[in-house]
Order: sequence, then structure tokens, then C-alpha cells
Amino acid sequence: MINMENIIEWWAFIVAGLEITIKLSLVSACLGVVLGLVSAFLSKKKFIGVFIRGYIDLFRGTPVYFQLYFCHYAVPILFGIQSLNPAVTAVLVFGLNSGAYLSEIMRAGLEGIDKGQEEAAKALGVSQKDITKDILIPQAIRNVLPALVNEFITLTKETSVVSAIGLNDMMKRYTFVVADTYSPLEPLLIIGVAYYVLNKILSFGGKQLERKLSYD
Amino acid sequence: MIKVENLYKDFGPTIKVLKDCNFTFEDGKTYAIVGSSGGGKSTLIRCLNCLEQPTSGSVYLDDIKVNEPKTDLNKIREKMGMVFQNFNLFSHMNVKKNIMYALVKVKKMNKEEAEKKALALLEQVGMSHRVDSYPHKLSGGEKQRVAIARALAMDPEVLLCDEPTSALDPEMTTEVLKVLKNLSHTGLTMIVVTHEMNFAREVADYILYMDGGEIIECSTPQEFFAEAKTQRARQFVSNML
Ligand SMILES: Nc1ncnc2c1ncn2[C@@H]1O[C@H](COP(=O)(O)OP(=O)(O)O)[C@@H](O)[C@H]1O
Ligand SMILES: [Mg+2]
Repeated sequence: MINMENIIEWWAFIVAGLEITIKLSLVSACLGVVLGLVSAFLSKKKFIGVFIRGYIDLFRGTPVYFQLYFCHYAVPILFGIQSLNPAVTAVLVFGLNSGAYLSEIMRAGLEGIDKGQEEAAKALGVSQKDITKDILIPQAIRNVLPALVNEFITLTKETSVVSAIGLNDMMKRYTFVVADTYSPLEPLLIIGVAYYVLNKILSFGGKQLERKLSYD
Repeated sequence: MIKVENLYKDFGPTIKVLKDCNFTFEDGKTYAIVGSSGGGKSTLIRCLNCLEQPTSGSVYLDDIKVNEPKTDLNKIREKMGMVFQNFNLFSHMNVKKNIMYALVKVKKMNKEEAEKKALALLEQVGMSHRVDSYPHKLSGGEKQRVAIARALAMDPEVLLCDEPTSALDPEMTTEVLKVLKNLSHTGLTMIVVTHEMNFAREVADYILYMDGGEIIECSTPQEFFAEAKTQRARQFVSNML
């Protein structure tokens, strides 16, 4: 049934595809956190808020698979430009996508900080910029850390669609292997185990981080 | 010296809170602001450092107009410390960092100096034993003493306190009032909104009585408790005692 030789021969090649998954998720998550924070602050503003809310609405209203295709195939036609490097497209799409989800989360994190701390800082003569940077953002991030870790884990799984635009992740490598061995079972088992282990490690890391950042 | 002239504060078109307040707070004196709740005490004290923007009228600190767009409000606020009913410590910073933060950020002090200053102030308010604790581990009285140290760190000319003991049980109230009492002898100008009549009597140089958004009268404690000038204040005193 299971061909052990196939596993031994191919596992390293397939698991090496995790590199792109991890890099892509990391960069997209950072972009997403920044975008999420910026939109959380700006979504209530009169003028720019309209655009921010539009962006959030669009990215939450369509699947990320579609967004990836759209950016890769439709945007170049719309704007008469060359297709971007697939890795850049993927970072943009996943960053914008998670930014749209994180903005809600970040807003909740900001609202969880009582107004009094901001007033206390103002009363000390701290500028609004420093209040935002040193009082609000660190506490907002701390408040939503579990949700952030969760978003990051979701990202590592969602990025499995990037093979569709040619990035060499585990799912892409799967097609190479099957073309060679005509046997889907072993590469799929390897991929399943690899994703599962990665996510267990990430949630464990998240718990440790939460513990480390708790105020004790 | 803080001077308040023709000060009005509305919250929206229908809620008129402060009505033509006029007063001068002299340097080095301790003022207790008393009156029933809803009388505008918090609003007045918050207008002094522009946490509330006055609707009209003026607030001056040493002849600099505070509620003036051209004034560097943060410079003014450095000179006016504030202590809140709910302490408002920064919950992601430990006790020492709560005090060092504005020293480093606003006063541009280097870290070692700021730390030295923080530790000295914590000693002064009897909090040396908790310098590394986070606020949520402290009792209310301890939080408030840290908050006082934080305000004092900026070497303010004035200390504004809005009901500093209202969230505390009696034992903690005593420890916080003791700290404030000691401060009142240091030349600091103190403006304390309080319901603690004994504190007002013993520590304040003057008592301001507010009602309905107006400053009804200012008297020395002896006058105020024995024979207040106005009928409304006498009524308040007899209700309190
Ligand atoms: N931000 C606000 N919006 C609307 N009304 C307010 C606001 N702050 C205070 N008030 C009203 O102003 C009045 C005076 O409040 P306050 O200054 O807190 O009185 P005190 O401190 O003497 O109890 C109250 O009726 C209160 O409801
Ligand atoms: Mg009040």
C-alpha cells in the first residue's frame, strides 16, 4: 500500500517547500499586522475611512484564492503592466487579506485599553504620536496576541494555494513527485504531517510568547 | 499661579456644565474642591490642563494662556501633574517604568538618571518594595501612590487630583491622604477634588465649593465649616457632617 521507498526518496524534497510557506507567511503576517493597525486607527476617520472600509469589505468579501488569481492575471491587464513576480504578488495578496481581518481584531484590542491611560499620558505631556506608539499599540497587540497567533497559523495553511501561480511550495512539489511516481499517497501523507507539525509548533510558540508577554 | 477667567464648558448644545467660573489659584497653596457630585468639579479641574477643551473663557498658567492653539500644550502639561480617581497606570509597564517613561520620553532624561529619580520618588511614597511589580498586582492604595510618584517625577508646579481616594477603602484612603498631606508642605500648588472633609479641613489652605457648574464660594477651612458665606455651602456642610 504505502511505498516506503517513495517516502524515503521524496520527503526531503517535499518538506523543503515549507521554506516558502514560512517565509511567505512571516512577511505577509508582518504586512498584515501593520495594515491591520493602520486601518484600525483610520477606519473611523471621515474621508480616508471610506477607502479603508472599502478595502476591508472587498478583501473579506472574496476568497483569497480568487484574490491571488485576480492580482496575478487580471491586474496586469487592467493596468497594462507586466505580471509581478509571483512571490511579490503572494505577499501583497496575503498581507492585504490578513490586514483586512486583523483590522477588526486590532480595533477590539485598542478598544480594550481604558481611556484613562491615554489621558494619564497626555497629562504628563506625552505627544499623541508617542502615546500611540508606546501606550496604545503595544497593549493592543498584547490584548489580541492569541488572535494574532491564530491568524498566523491560518496564513500558513492558506498559502498552500500559491502553487497555482507557480510558487514552489509543498503542494507544487506534490505535482512534480506524482508526475514521477504516479503515486499520490506518499507525498500527500508527507505534506499532511509537515503542515500538522508546523502548526503544532506555531501554536506552542504562541503560548510561550503569550506567557512571556504577560504582566507578571 | 493658575487663573481661570469666564470659563464655560458645554458638552454639546444642551449640556451646559461650567458657567462663568472665575478664580485664581495662588502658588504653593493647597485647594480642596468640594461639592455634590455632578457639580462640575471634574470638568473644572480637567479644563485646567485641557483634558477638556473649554467652550469659552481662558485658563492661564503663569500668564501663558493654556487653551490657545498656539500654546505648546505638552509643555504646559509637564508643569501640571494629574492624579486620577482610577489611577490610570500604564498596565504594560512595571512600577518603575511607569515613572521613568515620561522622564525619558518628555524630559529626554537618560535611562540611568530616570531610574534613579524613579526609585527616589517611590521611596518618598513608600513604594520601594514594589518597583518591579506590574500595576495589576498592586492594591488600590499602592497604585495611587505610584500614580502620585509618576506625576511628581515631572517636577510639576501644580498637582491636580480628581477624587484621588474615591476608589479606595478607608485604610488605603488614609495612606494616600498622608502622602498628599506631606506634599502640601513642599511648596507645590495642589488642587484636590475630594469628598474627604477631614482632609479638606486639615490640609487645604482654601476650600472651593462648587455647585451647578459654578464656583459658589472660596473660604478657609475654619470659615467654611463654621460659618460658610453662602446658604448653599452651609447646607452642603450640614449634610456632610
Ligand atoms: N463627557 C461628557 N459628556 C456629557 N456630559 C458630561 C461629560 N462629562 C461630564 N458631564 C456632565 O457634566 C456634569 C458635571 O460633571 P462632573 O464635572 O463630572 O461633576 P463632578 O466631578 O462634580 O461630579 C454632570 O452632569 C455630567 O453628567
Ligand atoms: Mg468628578
